[in-house]
Amino acid sequence: MSFTAAAALVLAACGGDSGGEQSADGTIELTISTFGEFGYDDLYAEYERLHPNIKITPHTTGQGGPYHEALFTKLGAGSGLDDVTAVEEGHMSDVLAKSSRFNDLAEIGPAGVTPDRWLDWKYEAGRDKDGKLIGYGTDIGPLAMCYRKDLFEAAGLPSDPEGVKKLFESWDSYFAAGDQFVKGSGGVAWFDSASQIFNAMQNQLPTGYFDRQDNLVVESNPGIKKNWDQVTAAVERGQSAGLVAFSNEWNSGFKGSSFATKTCPSWMLGVIEEQAGPEHSGQWAVSGVFPGGGGNWGGSYLTVPTQSEHPKEAAELAAWLTEPEQQIKAFKAKGAFPSQVEALESPEMAEATNDYFGGVRDGELFVEQAHKVGSAQYKGPGDGKIQENAASPALQAVEQGRSPEEGWQQLVNGAQQIAR
Amino acid sequence: MSTTVSATTGSPAGEHPAGEPPPARKATWRDRLGRWDVKYSPYLYVAPFFVIFGVVGLFPLLYTAYVSLFDWELIDDNPSFIGFGNYVLLMSDPQFWKVLTNTFSIFLLSAIPQVIMAVLLAALLNTRLRLPTGWRIGILMPYVASLVALGIIFANLFGPNFGLVNGIFELLGLDRVDWQANRFASHVAIAIMVNWRWTGYNALIVLAAMQAIPRELHEAAVVDGAGPVRRFFSVTLPLLRPTLIFVVVTATIGGLQIFTEPKLFDAMPGSNNGGSTNQFQTVTLFMYQSAFEREDLGYASAIAWVLFVIIILVALINFMLTRRIASTGEGRR
Repeated sequence: MSFTAAAALVLAACGGDSGGEQSADGTIELTISTFGEFGYDDLYAEYERLHPNIKITPHTTGQGGPYHEALFTKLGAGSGLDDVTAVEEGHMSDVLAKSSRFNDLAEIGPAGVTPDRWLDWKYEAGRDKDGKLIGYGTDIGPLAMCYRKDLFEAAGLPSDPEGVKKLFESWDSYFAAGDQFVKGSGGVAWFDSASQIFNAMQNQLPTGYFDRQDNLVVESNPGIKKNWDQVTAAVERGQSAGLVAFSNEWNSGFKGSSFATKTCPSWMLGVIEEQAGPEHSGQWAVSGVFPGGGGNWGGSYLTVPTQSEHPKEAAELAAWLTEPEQQIKAFKAKGAFPSQVEALESPEMAEATNDYFGGVRDGELFVEQAHKVGSAQYKGPGDGKIQENAASPALQAVEQGRSPEEGWQQLVNGAQQIAR
Repeated sequence: MSTTVSATTGSPAGEHPAGEPPPARKATWRDRLGRWDVKYSPYLYVAPFFVIFGVVGLFPLLYTAYVSLFDWELIDDNPSFIGFGNYVLLMSDPQFWKVLTNTFSIFLLSAIPQVIMAVLLAALLNTRLRLPTGWRIGILMPYVASLVALGIIFANLFGPNFGLVNGIFELLGLDRVDWQANRFASHVAIAIMVNWRWTGYNALIVLAAMQAIPRELHEAAVVDGAGPVRRFFSVTLPLLRPTLIFVVVTATIGGLQIFTEPKLFDAMPGSNNGGSTNQFQTVTLFMYQSAFEREDLGYASAIAWVLFVIIILVALINFMLTRRIASTGEGRR
């Protein structure tokens, strides 16, 4: 009963803000929804100052998972979405599959916004198959490799920036170094979780779990199986700590020094600092050499759903927020790493350093990593879901003792079910 | 509204002397109003419940049945009719049978110890204790605490690598248990979560029934020379039967719909998988996953209906058990 009452309350609350009402005095109310930390809080007030006829009502959700679940439910219901709706990169393939429900920003957006504002791959990943621009890029998460200097030394591996370059130059050398490390580490694993490694490898392939005609290619793309075999073999040789990313056990694993390397998008440095705590300060380091080239994990887009009553004004707001100047402010406020070419070249990025990671110039390092990302991987509808709900559990099952063959079958079945 | 109507209809009738019928022409309208009031008002009074039930209970139920006959995506402009296709698919889906087994396993592991412990706790609380209210509130505390908070705390306690339970096991020289990977161990952990929350609640219900048992019966048994144990089994327990049936039925309905505990128990944040190989996914969690993660509304609706039928079947079995136990109770008395 109390549940029904609570549900009714929630419904009432949702019904309350229909979004985008135009009041008598001509002010337009724009709603914008984001999740986690976008660093926009101060920017809304600035925009209202610049545009006296606009009133911005922001909605923020803490966690990305429930945020996107609600997003797709509202998309299906046909109402309830905000004028400007943020979408995380991992969910972008599902949004692009429903692109008819979003405005083409190239059409309704301000004329001054040109593709060269963003890194090529970031801009491309915001367009659907027909070339409609669905999202303006906000931030990105270029990948580097984080490692524990002290644990490397204890296991007899080189730990200086030049020395680790050889270990991280390819996936083969990475897993070989893992074998060497595990032999001398006394029980410490090489990496935290198999899915963290597998996802990074998977994202380096030209196409994801689908080909460009949206056929599921899990079984027919030899690259996927090769990555699977390599990662699961490393698991069987004891390289994985078997900690599910972002679980409590994983958090404890940083404090308890359970693993020595971590795939590290720019935003991961903050996570490591928070979880590992001051007692491990200076022990972590970050290397700009990433196996297989580079990659990206994370970052978002701002979209304008067709539900919006003020699409033009909404697109203007989204375009302004994703200008290089604003993204630099967001970077300074909350560390959101900009995807705009001009912002990456700014002195703010070049000057940034990180004391926890031994004073490394992390801004410069990640700018370089951002430019290493090749073309945007084509992701068919459901690609992100397969990664999260088929590949990750299958890899977890292998870490828990399933054979790699059984795990592979689980991945294939799960992917087929999602693609169905 | 009704009081004013009856007041106005009541007063003119009183003006006329008894036996002499009022002139028909004058009173028809008011009479009719009065008759309607008596006849229909009761329906009006109960109507709000049925209207609300119809809107939020019956309509969703029937609409779910309708949706279950379609291949219906969450975001779908023209779902296609496939008859019983979803049900056929469901019956051949190994995941469904796995999660159904999980559900019954968790249900049995929670319901049986829960009822036994509730009765024992109630018996303890029924003895002379200092601060009886304090103890009673104490056993209700887990029920008051937020379910989500409990889920997070228990998931931490049962963490395979850094969990407190495994830490204690190690101290005692026992083997560590992988509470996530091991299917049976994960069921035990989830059942403990359920029991932690519900045992106290059930104990209070049983306690209320115990206190309603007339003192004379116990005194008569004492005179006959029965000890406390004998009195518990021969006096208390038989008289608790109707209450126990209630507790068992509510535990059944709740137990077959367990959702939050397995959802929060999964190490992967926000996951609906119920473990890497669905080893502790329940039917409701599977339904949720089908609807809001795989966005297959038709399939999820079919799961909802199958679960509905299963719960009705189990409730019917319980009902028949109730009648049988109740009648044997009568016979003995």
